[in-house]
Amino acid sequence: MNRWFTTAVAVTVLVAATSIIIGFAWLPFTQSDSPFRGVWDAICGAAGLIRNRPVTEVVGHPGYKNSSVIVSPGMLPASTADSIGRGATLAQQCTMCHGVRGLSNANTPNLAGQYAPALYKQLQDYKSGARTNAAMSPRVTNLGEQDMRDLVAYYSYLPRLPPYHPGTTGSAPKIVMNGAPMRNIPPCATCHGTVGYKLGTEWLEGESAVYLRTQLEAFASGERHNDISEQMRNVARGMTPAEMEEAAHYYASQP
Amino acid sequence: MLQSKRLILAHFWLAFGSLALALPLGAWQMWARSPLHPWVGDPDLYYRSVTAHGTTLGYVFPTLVAMGFGYAITEVALQRPLIGLKWAWAGWLLIAVGAVTALTPVSMGLASVLYTFYPPMIGNPFYYIGVVLVVVGSWIWVGLMVVNVYAWKRAHPGAPVPLPMYVNVAGSLLWGWTAVGAALELLFQIVPASLGVMHTIDAGLARVFFSWTLHAIVYFWLIPTYIAYYTIVPRAIGGRLFSDSMARLSFALFLVVAMPIGVHHLFSDPQVGAGFKFVHSVFTALVAVPTLLTVFTITASVEIAARLRGGRGALGWLKALPWRNPMMLAVAFSFVMLGFGGAGGLINMSYQLNQSIHNTQWVTGHFHLIFAGAIVIMYFAIAYDLWPHLTGRSLADMGLIRAQLWTWFVGVTVLTFPWHWVGILGMPRRMAFYDYTDPAIAPQALSVDASVVGAVILLVSAALFIVVLIRGHLAPRTAEQEYRFSVAVHPPKTVPVALNGYGLWVGLMLLLTAINYGFPIAHLMSRQDTSVPVIHIGATR
Repeated sequence: MNRWFTTAVAVTVLVAATSIIIGFAWLPFTQSDSPFRGVWDAICGAAGLIRNRPVTEVVGHPGYKNSSVIVSPGMLPASTADSIGRGATLAQQCTMCHGVRGLSNANTPNLAGQYAPALYKQLQDYKSGARTNAAMSPRVTNLGEQDMRDLVAYYSYLPRLPPYHPGTTGSAPKIVMNGAPMRNIPPCATCHGTVGYKLGTEWLEGESAVYLRTQLEAFASGERHNDISEQMRNVARGMTPAEMEEAAHYYASQP
Repeated sequence: MLQSKRLILAHFWLAFGSLALALPLGAWQMWARSPLHPWVGDPDLYYRSVTAHGTTLGYVFPTLVAMGFGYAITEVALQRPLIGLKWAWAGWLLIAVGAVTALTPVSMGLASVLYTFYPPMIGNPFYYIGVVLVVVGSWIWVGLMVVNVYAWKRAHPGAPVPLPMYVNVAGSLLWGWTAVGAALELLFQIVPASLGVMHTIDAGLARVFFSWTLHAIVYFWLIPTYIAYYTIVPRAIGGRLFSDSMARLSFALFLVVAMPIGVHHLFSDPQVGAGFKFVHSVFTALVAVPTLLTVFTITASVEIAARLRGGRGALGWLKALPWRNPMMLAVAFSFVMLGFGGAGGLINMSYQLNQSIHNTQWVTGHFHLIFAGAIVIMYFAIAYDLWPHLTGRSLADMGLIRAQLWTWFVGVTVLTFPWHWVGILGMPRRMAFYDYTDPAIAPQALSVDASVVGAVILLVSAALFIVVLIRGHLAPRTAEQEYRFSVAVHPPKTVPVALNGYGLWVGLMLLLTAINYGFPIAHLMSRQDTSVPVIHIGATR
């Protein structure tokens, strides 16, 4: 046997074995915060195997509903003309608040031209109870899966029109364009339009300022909690009332 | 016996051209997020620039330098023409086409995902396809290096492979295997997601695959620098290489321990177990062995040169060194930066110390000190050394060359030392906007300003470098001299089989890859619940 071969292999294996013993057996036992139930348990933990939670452990508050929608690029099929047509019929019952062609004068959201995944997620959340509203919740109860897809297809198909919103269009406020990094607040514009768009978020330009501010306040107080991983609650909690007002007015005054 | 001069020049010019394009982006980024300038307002512009800067300087520039230098080594060290010249041109073309393919969507804002990809963010497919083309082009080079060395060995049975070629092929093999991780990530995860075939991605698994590539790629960048230390520096300063075997052993050890260590980039990632993190930390520490072997051997070689020039005393020989020789300056600067960078690296690789600097600007400061500093300054030195032999014209601007090397050294120092410092103060990396009016981070403003000054110095230095090379092409023709590499104090007549081939070291590299990556990858692949929806970047509304 070649001396180089035996030495090189022996040294490599020795180093690997020693570090494995230290990393997988010795270190897990010396850490007082890891209540291991034996050597095998410690090794599995160090290897990255996830141990199941005891079934008796309750996660979260009972009765507290989170959104169950998984937003992914493949969540909705491309809409068909049939679907849009059925949606238009179903949308008759929405016109009282959301306008004849999806443009509202009642401080409710404009739906015309809104992103389909965003609309779909809100309908699902109203139905599951993750989001509640005295006017919306009862109306969604009877909507089936296909009804929701049809409604979404219809409203996302409608053209966005600049509704009448008085107010000046000055430069975008700091909170919209820069966020507040020191408070861990990303810019509104990177997800909700102006700079970027992320799947599942709403296009906010032209929405009612009253509605936007109310929602920010609801997120901050936790009254609204259907945002995935508390994304919006974490943002809204850090915002000052003045920033909420600025952001709401900025988006309301965009065409 | 340089014959494929056009091929080698094409590689170097594409490399240095890409450097000239990407460097101003880096300087702009430093300036844009400094307090010297009001925030540009659009974070996407910033990330676009970061992606272009990283993709060009991480994948295109060093790969082309390693390839061009590798072809030069093949012809000079083996004393025969390159086998597979047409394949070599095909590799070059793939890289050129790949670079343009990748950078077009980046500049359009369709792939601002940074050069490390960061799934579940997904950009335009052409970005990834371009990167794959660059990697495939470089794999052609890996194949050619192996073919050439084995053809030579067949023709010279039992003879020691010339040192420059031995270490060059070691570097190419390291790259061949280390690129596999990112290639797997791209081909099986990211490209299908970007084409819309898949809507979810296992981001944790993707990060593990990328870590396979991400650390060893740094050693691949380092290889031309190390080759220059061993095979050019001693000759250029009038000395001899202290030990031929030590050089071979260093590169063989790099093959073994450079690969199975990438998880130290994932110390804060939850998908890899703490045991594997510790094992990777241990192997990262072992990189100190070939590094310290190199520091010792090169210092000894430099001392030989000094003593041959009449240097005396325990440290007095330092004064006898040819300090006006560009190669002497370059290696000294490179060693100083490697020393500080290496010391910083000890903090990064320690499982516990890492927590204090993880994802801070310290890390960006660190890899700029090592790569832009210790490594790239030797790329310049390699170009200066080879240029007269490639163009047939001498580089006469010694003063300009010295000024270039000095400004580069000063520039990197002024850029990276404050950069490390703000990292220690807690400044996070990968952020586009910092509000320096906030009292909590106001003390970082001055350090960031200093880094901007460093970046500007580097721009000046890079411009000087390009000027020197262009003036080299315009100089009068001179009589051709043979290019040669350093000679060892004791030139090898025979070398152990292990240090004349790669089987043992490649075998150990594969074994350690299996030990250190096998379980984490298999475990993540076997789980059904680890994928998350992809997030398309640059999606139009």
